[in-house]
Amino acid sequence: MMNNNRLTFVALLLTAVFCFIPAAGAAPIETFQFDSPETERVFHKLSEELRCLVCQNQNIAESNADLAKDLRLEIYTMLKDGRSEEEIIDFMVQRYGDYVLYNPPMKPLTWLLWFGPIIIFAVGLVFVVYYLKAQSKMKQRQALSPEEIERIKSLHAEQKGKDK
Amino acid sequence: METEKPSTLRRFMPLIIFGVLVVFLGIGLTLNPREVPSPLIGKPAPAFDLPLLEKDGRFSEQDFKGKVTLLNVWASWCFACRQEHEVVKYLGSRGVRIVGLNYKDDPADAKAWLARLGNPYEVVAVDRDGRIAIDWGVYGAPESFLIDRDGIIRHKVIGPLTDPEKVEALLVAARENGMNELVTVLTDVRQKIR
Repeated sequence: MMNNNRLTFVALLLTAVFCFIPAAGAAPIETFQFDSPETERVFHKLSEELRCLVCQNQNIAESNADLAKDLRLEIYTMLKDGRSEEEIIDFMVQRYGDYVLYNPPMKPLTWLLWFGPIIIFAVGLVFVVYYLKAQSKMKQRQALSPEEIERIKSLHAEQKGKDK
Repeated sequence: METEKPSTLRRFMPLIIFGVLVVFLGIGLTLNPREVPSPLIGKPAPAFDLPLLEKDGRFSEQDFKGKVTLLNVWASWCFACRQEHEVVKYLGSRGVRIVGLNYKDDPADAKAWLARLGNPYEVVAVDRDGRIAIDWGVYGAPESFLIDRDGIIRHKVIGPLTDPEKVEALLVAARENGMNELVTVLTDVRQKIR
């Protein structure tokens, strides 16, 4: 019985571990020739930061979609022409919108996205503080003051005197 | 003896929070993540110059000027294009100027496809490697761009024109831009596909 449980545990653990191992070798990057390691680094950075429009939960580097392949070639060609990282990002945004960016820019439209979590945290914090304050006030109200205790004692004594 | 009376607001707070969540999640669920809004709306058509499928000659963005045009991105390998083709043909038959952009297709296949299913296009520009489509922000076929007589992109339809919601959106765009003839035709299309 014990053994069985342990086996299940190990199996679950392994499953969990495997879930976090990226599918190595699955990235369908073509063999491009780069002039310098720096260009190659920029290429990989860009194709990992840009989102594939067809298969939306993959970046351009991971996707096997035809369009992703075309966009990789486009990035490669632009890098070869000496275009900078920013120029290439601008090129993509002009055509596909901010949607292609996995790293959304800070602008009025995305303020809620960037600051939302902080706002929600602040609201939560106010709530907690308010709650704790209310609680301690309740406790204070429930506790008797020394005068009240004295009065109860004297009432008790009075009662006892009457009973006798 | 005073007791803490739970205020009505406080009692209903969880329900209110739940309601707000439901509304937001509901909005999220009804949005279509496959429709990426185009940043090209309101901008001039991107420059291009492509050969034609069935004739000699070329088509460039300058050729949009003078008449309201629907640029229809299609391919013979695209199933949804075949689906919407009846609608595209109907639009053509009602005098709407339709220009085709044949996207990443084999010209022979494209010609055979048109011969079999009918050709509503004034001309078909051939984007063999899909390079021009990238400039147009195309990420799949079919897509249709509404271009006004000044060559400005006014609307983008992503997916087949058989979808009533997409036709409705196109109709709204046509109306907003004062394209009265197109509004009349699209109103009829809306009746037909409903």
